[in-house]
Amino acid sequence: MTIGIGAILLLVGFLIGWYFFSNGFAGLVIALIVWGIINLVALFQGDSILLSVSKAKKIKKEDYPRLYNIVEEMQIASGLDKIPDIYIIDDPALNAFATGRDTKRASVAITSGLLERLNRDELQGVIGHEIAHIKNRDVLLMVMCGILLGSIVMLSWFASRALLYGGAPRSRTSSSSRGGGGIILIVAIVLIVIAPIAAQLIYFAISRKREYLADASSALYTRYPEGLASALEKIATSTHEFRSANKATAPMFTVNPFRKEGRAASDLTSTHPPISERIRILRSMAGASFSNYEGAYDKLHSSRRGILPGSALAQTQTVEIRAPRPEPVEPLKASIERRRDTSEALWQMNDYKTLTCDCGTRLRIPPRLWNSAVRCPHCGRINLT
Amino acid sequence: MPIGAIVGIVVAVVLAIIFGGGYNRLVGLRNQTKNAWAQIDVQLKRRYDLIPNLVETVKGYTKHERETLEAVTKARNIAQQLSSSGAGERSKAESELSSALARLLVVVERYPDLKANQNYLALQEELTSTENKISFARQYYNDSVLKYNNATQMFPSNVAARMFSFIASEFFEITVAEEKAAPKVSFTQ
Repeated sequence: MTIGIGAILLLVGFLIGWYFFSNGFAGLVIALIVWGIINLVALFQGDSILLSVSKAKKIKKEDYPRLYNIVEEMQIASGLDKIPDIYIIDDPALNAFATGRDTKRASVAITSGLLERLNRDELQGVIGHEIAHIKNRDVLLMVMCGILLGSIVMLSWFASRALLYGGAPRSRTSSSSRGGGGIILIVAIVLIVIAPIAAQLIYFAISRKREYLADASSALYTRYPEGLASALEKIATSTHEFRSANKATAPMFTVNPFRKEGRAASDLTSTHPPISERIRILRSMAGASFSNYEGAYDKLHSSRRGILPGSALAQTQTVEIRAPRPEPVEPLKASIERRRDTSEALWQMNDYKTLTCDCGTRLRIPPRLWNSAVRCPHCGRINLT
Repeated sequence: MPIGAIVGIVVAVVLAIIFGGGYNRLVGLRNQTKNAWAQIDVQLKRRYDLIPNLVETVKGYTKHERETLEAVTKARNIAQQLSSSGAGERSKAESELSSALARLLVVVERYPDLKANQNYLALQEELTSTENKISFARQYYNDSVLKYNNATQMFPSNVAARMFSFIASEFFEITVAEEKAAPKVSFTQ
């Protein structure tokens, strides 16, 4: 599919060159230069742009040991050589994303809402899904496809304006090409109109396919597909809108951040497959391997096409699903502890100091407070900062 | 060019592809298993280091659990002594240690003060995570070993394997004994 979208770019470039400069290859070169420049910017600055737009903050191990441990466990299970940087986004919405152009410079970002709501198995399923995106180099793939798409759209727009306002170019070639000129014009117009649409559809189809692969990889790493399934269920039933997502960053999230805005979650222009379908596939897996995921997908769609790439299926064997890990405390208490841990981590990440007054109240001191002492609001004692 | 030379060149190219491709792949897979084993080793060592701290913390809160604590310490020392042996011997020692730890965690359930202690909670999180990491590292190691063993035994690459003596590795399993103790009823709360 990536070859398809690349071919469309080259074709558009060639046609523009042929039509306007009587030399197809000049157009090709222009298309490739445009593609190359934007590609370089996106590759080298993309992840920091994305993270700062989402207002994500990096954490160290002491800030949130449970999350750090879960990411490290998934790093070991997937065979990544270096643990990705971990960021927390202060947002009650439930979502997570992964970014990074190669496996050594990757980052994973999670919302605080997700950290509060999911138990350990579910959180591990979500992190496994993100790590799978990193391991399968989906970020790089989607960035390249996005650039291809952008270049195609840009060039098509450029060509259509030139056609509308420039009229037919003065042709320096001999009269032997005069007869064919009209047909080429029609073909060029049709292609320039269709190319962006076709490229978009291919782009979204690629995105959906990689999401299925990431789900299957997460099930394989954790050996527990029910974890991710139940996490997706919790995410699907939450009603929070994600404030800082936009359509360009959408493919990297675990769940489509726009599913509530009236955009149909399951049409051809969706970056993620519908959540209900993902849950159903995960829950009807008989084992945890890729071929089990294929089997579950085929059973649900009563087809034999499958959804995972051939190279993934080549190295596969039977894998058993493990038992769920028991929670050390009962669910309500665990939920309270999670909220407390998450809010502690957020205070610390934002550089607040914490003082404990003698009466037991915890005082949160903002980062650049110039007072040398504060009064406890509960008991009135003065505490030195 | 004589036909013999052409045939010779073709045969040489084919052999190069079979052995070049097979040999490199075998080396890569063997290195992956070594890497995976090193990862297991790191996590097992982390467990050895965590246990003394855990035993001290639990000792401070419990007065009657001496045997369980001693069993854990003994199992840990045995496993640590065997830490330079191969997968087979370590597997048994590590399984013993995992079972001893599981018994200790069951015992701790009866001490609510201990379960509320911040220090103990942080240690328990570390221990749970280390156990998980051992299990994931083991999973990754066993998957790598399976791929490597397949490569040494299946047709095109087993020729190169035999020629350069790539031998199959052994798997690493840890089994935790099921604790089926009857619930103890205590009237001295």
